[in-house]
Amino acid sequence: MRLFIDYTLSGVSSGMIYAAVALGLVLIWRSTRILNFAQGGMAMITTYIASALLEHSVGYWAAFAVALLAGLALGAATERLLIRPVEGRSPVDAVIVAIGFLIFLEALAGAIWGASPRGFPAPFSQVDYLVGGRAIAFTPFDLFVVLAVLALMGVMLLLFRFTEVGLRMRASAFAPEVARLLGVRVNRMLTLGWALATMAGALAGLFVAPAVFLSPNYMDSILIYGFTAAIVGGLESPLGSLVGGLVIGLAISYVGGYLGSAFEGAGALGLLVVVLMVRPSGLFSRVQARRV
Amino acid sequence: MRAARRLGALLRWPSQPLLRHLAFAVLAGIACYGLSVSVSDFANSEIATVALFAVAIAGLSMLTGGTGQLSLGHGALMAVGAYAYAELELHNPHVPLSVGLLVAVGAAAVAGGVLGVAAARLRGPYLAGVTLALALVAPQLADHFFNSDQGIPVGLTPPASVESNHWLAWIALTCALVIFVLLANLRRSRFYRSFTAVRDDEIAASLAGISVARTQILAFVLSAACAGLAGALLAIADLGATSGLFPLTLSVQLVAGMVIGGIGSLVGAVWGAVLVVYIPIWLDDIVNSPSSTLAANLPQAVFGLLIVLVILLVPGGIQGALRRGITVARGRIARAGKPGRAPTTSPGAGDTVTEVASMDGG
Amino acid sequence: MTVEGLSASYGPVRALDDVSFTVEEGSITAVLGANGAGKTTLLRTITGLVPATGGTAMFRGVDLASRPPEEVVRAGVAHVPEGRGVVQELTVEENLRLGGSFRRDRDGTRAAIGEVYEMFPPLAERRRRSTFTLSGGERQMLAIGRALVARPEVLLLDEPSLGLAPRVTTQIMALLRTLVAERNLTVLLVEQNARGALSIADRAVVLVLGRVALQGPAAQVASDENLRHHYLGY
Repeated sequence: MRLFIDYTLSGVSSGMIYAAVALGLVLIWRSTRILNFAQGGMAMITTYIASALLEHSVGYWAAFAVALLAGLALGAATERLLIRPVEGRSPVDAVIVAIGFLIFLEALAGAIWGASPRGFPAPFSQVDYLVGGRAIAFTPFDLFVVLAVLALMGVMLLLFRFTEVGLRMRASAFAPEVARLLGVRVNRMLTLGWALATMAGALAGLFVAPAVFLSPNYMDSILIYGFTAAIVGGLESPLGSLVGGLVIGLAISYVGGYLGSAFEGAGALGLLVVVLMVRPSGLFSRVQARRV
Repeated sequence: MRAARRLGALLRWPSQPLLRHLAFAVLAGIACYGLSVSVSDFANSEIATVALFAVAIAGLSMLTGGTGQLSLGHGALMAVGAYAYAELELHNPHVPLSVGLLVAVGAAAVAGGVLGVAAARLRGPYLAGVTLALALVAPQLADHFFNSDQGIPVGLTPPASVESNHWLAWIALTCALVIFVLLANLRRSRFYRSFTAVRDDEIAASLAGISVARTQILAFVLSAACAGLAGALLAIADLGATSGLFPLTLSVQLVAGMVIGGIGSLVGAVWGAVLVVYIPIWLDDIVNSPSSTLAANLPQAVFGLLIVLVILLVPGGIQGALRRGITVARGRIARAGKPGRAPTTSPGAGDTVTEVASMDGG
Repeated sequence: MTVEGLSASYGPVRALDDVSFTVEEGSITAVLGANGAGKTTLLRTITGLVPATGGTAMFRGVDLASRPPEEVVRAGVAHVPEGRGVVQELTVEENLRLGGSFRRDRDGTRAAIGEVYEMFPPLAERRRRSTFTLSGGERQMLAIGRALVARPEVLLLDEPSLGLAPRVTTQIMALLRTLVAERNLTVLLVEQNARGALSIADRAVVLVLGRVALQGPAAQVASDENLRHHYLGY
């Protein structure tokens, strides 16, 4: 029973990270109908930037802020330069561009910073909390992660529901042509969507690094988990990515705990396949399957 | 006069596709043999690697260029072939090479069928995601089930007086030629047209009586079989099937080779294979410090950059660009050869510059 | 607004061929013709959704056809597209807010939205609801209302009567007439329903296969049986 509680707790904290990645994927999917496979790679770059700043004695929170800003900038630049040209083309083209970009980023990181894993600090203690004298698999850092991701989701929700910009972004995603006729600068909204999404990814990258160590490929499996979480949650809603993240986090935690960590990836893959077989467009999605 | 004409008919290029392909394969085979014996032993292992990559990339290209499905996990299918071959040899050391290869092909085909069933339900990006996950997970699973990262050893026994790398190259080249003849014939068949029909418009295709799911599954099986063969060859070349042979980058290299060479093109698969194998080698030569992190990462950076640039700027890849160049040149020659007609500066009626769409080729 | 020599193509198909006509301020001009005559393409080319291969659409010294679509409403021209373009995933109120979102003047937008609610009580009742539940007529009201929030000088309407019951169509037409009178709005009305359009229009332009077959005062066109029969099918 105690193991179960521990697995559940660690599943929740890692699930939140997957939810952040999923949120980024969902934002981009909603606005440009592209699955950004380079999401993990971009998060890796922003985390390396933070790491480089830390090496030069910049404080953690300053580096944290810079990483998020770098995420905004990187996302906007990527959409403008790499994605805009393939937006109208076959979706496979965009996938290939993203993959190419991903391996380029990984090679870039390897060239600049080397491939050997390096440590990355956590802003809060990573010592287990004590409950009733016993250690549980939850640390102050985990609590921070949970709160930070919830805050991110909350900010996104407020942005979309209650601001003019959010309204314009939603309109650009749902009905770009009509939005144009209403004066919405749709292209700018798409760029903004990418910027926000990459910032969400940057946040996830900063949260993953302390446990797993920073290396050019360290976000690869996180991307897959985030992707699975996004699919499980249905690619249409931020709430879905939260739910999806938690589901995946818990599932992987249980699989890893009870069956061994070698099976975590297989577990995610299995879950992904099952969900897609049952509902090819995700669980929450409102889009009906195309029937002839 | 008639005798001369008959002789001319004999020497002319056969018009039937199958014969044409066989003739071409024979010529290519002779040329490759000549190449093989005239270069070093080490170069022969490179030739072998190019050949096996060409097989894998060609298979993938038939899938993506045909039914339009992108798989980011063909490296895992190569692994299936490799491990099948290795396991077979481990338990039955006297099984002949060709049987082993057939088993590898069969195992990979089955795996491809399973994957294809899943793929038939999934749209492009979702399928890409699933296959990406597969590519990441496969090495871990291989480690777990097959002797950790030591892998399974594989032997190669060339006949006497033949060097092992030469022998390897001949095996690989023969496989490649056989596969290419088969694929070339497939390209021209109604079978392949059903692939592209499904890609272009599923609804129209099913209304025309084509079973969409079955076509997509078959395309997967076909490309998986090629990948499995290539994987077995890779295991033979490396003298063992280890998970380290099949990282995620392998799957990406296959995609890179396909994209850069030209999606859907068999000749493109050859270009792609050559680049995939030789770019790292050339870069190594250019950058003279073998231990720097730059040198280690440069090939991958170049591949990533090339993939992006090709898709953005030259969607048809090398073969697409070549074909366009030939068509334009042909048009110019045709116009120049017509006396009394003023040469035009813009594409005229004689030009048949075809718009090579991103998925088109062949 | 003056359209001169406007042409547009879909690939090899010439959808618009050298179309020219003038729309007087404060008037309703009906664009009529059979299916595929190019009426919708005309509006889409004017507002820049379809690139023009030749010609101009001048309004207040600006060639609308050469500008990106998002600039057109800023120039004072609102386009209610074919199918109404109501954004399903947004509520009624959000659709209306969208109409004014390009402007910085929040108060002005809110006032304009208030006016729309006064004009269309059914919308006011459903302001927070999803547009899913709106009837065809209500959707048309929403689309027009949304365009009005932008306070345009020119309104381009693409087949507003499509899919609507005759009674609702009459209401919409009467509404347009009122708007023109009250706000000095200029309306370019594309309609399949020629009779309804001609009943409120000042001028008529008839398109056949992308070309202007004839243009003139609406009353004239409506009363000429031969013309009506030949071009408009009734």
